Amino acid sequence: MLFYIFAILAIVSGAYMVLTRNLLYAGFSLLITLLSIAGIYVLLFADFIAVTQLMVYVGGVLVLILFGIMLSSRVHDKSVLSENVNTVWGTLIAGLIVVGLSYSILKANISSLPWLQTTELNVLGDQKSTVQTIGIKLMTDFVLPFEIASLLLLIALMGAAYIATDKQKV
Amino acid sequence: MAHIPLEHILLLSAVLFSLGILAVITKRHAVVVLMGIELIFNAANLNLVAFSRHDPQLLQGQLFSLFVIVVAAAEAAVALAIVLRVYQHFKTANLNEIATVEN
Repeated sequence: MLFYIFAILAIVSGAYMVLTRNLLYAGFSLLITLLSIAGIYVLLFADFIAVTQLMVYVGGVLVLILFGIMLSSRVHDKSVLSENVNTVWGTLIAGLIVVGLSYSILKANISSLPWLQTTELNVLGDQKSTVQTIGIKLMTDFVLPFEIASLLLLIALMGAAYIATDKQKV
Repeated sequence: MAHIPLEHILLLSAVLFSLGILAVITKRHAVVVLMGIELIFNAANLNLVAFSRHDPQLLQGQLFSLFVIVVAAAEAAVALAIVLRVYQHFKTANLNEIATVEN
């Protein structure tokens, strides 16, 4: 039941993000969408992913997007508005995508797949959270992607700082 | 905890994905296009976490979604830096008016 509340909240605020023309309203409705997706992660027994979603998306990426809106708009002449283009084609393509995906999901009959039937939904078992399992997996099976991800973050942050520097003054 | 059907999660993810596509296609401001891309990443992550609930080896989908979050954060940082440079250069962040990369 709680899942449907979060799902409706995510869809409504996502639709409002698309429909509104005010950039700041779009940013804050994206915030509500990300928060309800974090709630859905908790309902799906993924507590570590939920906390990561809160810290990285809500705490980091959204603040970055709001800074981007503030720094790339002239607030005093009312250009925090974003115009729409290609409205007919965009609506048509998005509608076709959602209809096609829904049709294939409903036709595929996913819940009766054999490997989903054999597993029980009680993934947590006797332990309380997934943090210990994720930590052990990250240090054993996934240690190479983990190190590559840290290197990628370092490169991306240095590159972003270099790109955003005003080169005339330095 | 009530059992959430897998189809409902996939349908929610499909709706969020198409909303992200709609934002990417129809918006003229570059930052709103980035917000649509974030919505698409979240739809993909929702599918990964939903299938990870059935993973007998425990949590490969969740680990993959962690790496998706890392790449999305790096993408957002670099893309917003580029948007700020473009705004300083062209004095606009409107994608229809930015047609050249030269001076």
